[in-house]
Amino acid sequence: MYNFTPVSALIGGVIIGLSVVLYFYSTGRLAGISGIFENTITSSSKKASNLLFLIGLVIGPLLIYYLILPSKPIAFVITSSYLLIISGGFLVGFGTRLGGGCTSGHGICGIGRLSINSMIATAIFVATGMITVFILQQLGVYL
Amino acid sequence: MNDKFISLICGVIFGIGLVISGMTNPEKVIGFLSITYNWDASLIFVMGGAVITAGPFFYLLKNKEASALGNQINLPKKQKIDNKTIIGASLFGVGWGLVGLCPGPAISALATLDPVAFVFLISMAAGVLAKKNIVK
Repeated sequence: MYNFTPVSALIGGVIIGLSVVLYFYSTGRLAGISGIFENTITSSSKKASNLLFLIGLVIGPLLIYYLILPSKPIAFVITSSYLLIISGGFLVGFGTRLGGGCTSGHGICGIGRLSINSMIATAIFVATGMITVFILQQLGVYL
Repeated sequence: MNDKFISLICGVIFGIGLVISGMTNPEKVIGFLSITYNWDASLIFVMGGAVITAGPFFYLLKNKEASALGNQINLPKKQKIDNKTIIGASLFGVGWGLVGLCPGPAISALATLDPVAFVFLISMAAGVLAKKNIVK
């Protein structure tokens, strides 16, 4: 298998799970990032808390890379053109809010709560994501 | 300990988890979605690790009416799968496959200061606002 990193993936996943638990236990809210993002940019209650969560998402990687592993740059490789990046961003924003969640809201919180709705949503976005990548590979956009 | 402080801390922990798992790199996510060529199954371990960690706590806390900070708990009601969820999840998957970014990593990626991350995030905000204005 190519580039397979199960140990770091599992450790990272457990850390994400702990964040989800602490957030729910403390605030009573689910750590669905697309929902937190929507509440931050549209007027609603808890705007400051939501914004601070998002700021934390940026601080986390900075802490890792500037304090703990200063020699390694943050890996961030995108081969898509700007047309695809803009279309992709729009579809991710529109689709997650229409569908009521993203990888964290449906994929982690929803499946963790054994929500059938979230399990089906997760299966759908993984499937359409795989189909999209397959088509782009046939068109030569991804290798 | 208040709501704002806990939110910041949880965001930091979540961001650390994302970066350790490798999910802040779109190349890695595309590797997972590339089921027919050089498949990288790491994302399953990220989601699995998070679900296995959080699941038991959700079960234990499911009948609580208030959180530790005294907020009322409003969980999504058990709902049947509807057209909005099916269409929304489908569109999200297409966008995810086009770039390799979902909302969490898209925000953490701002730490790289790569202009692509900012363009993606602005486009994502436009999608969120469009949904809010078009679909009631």
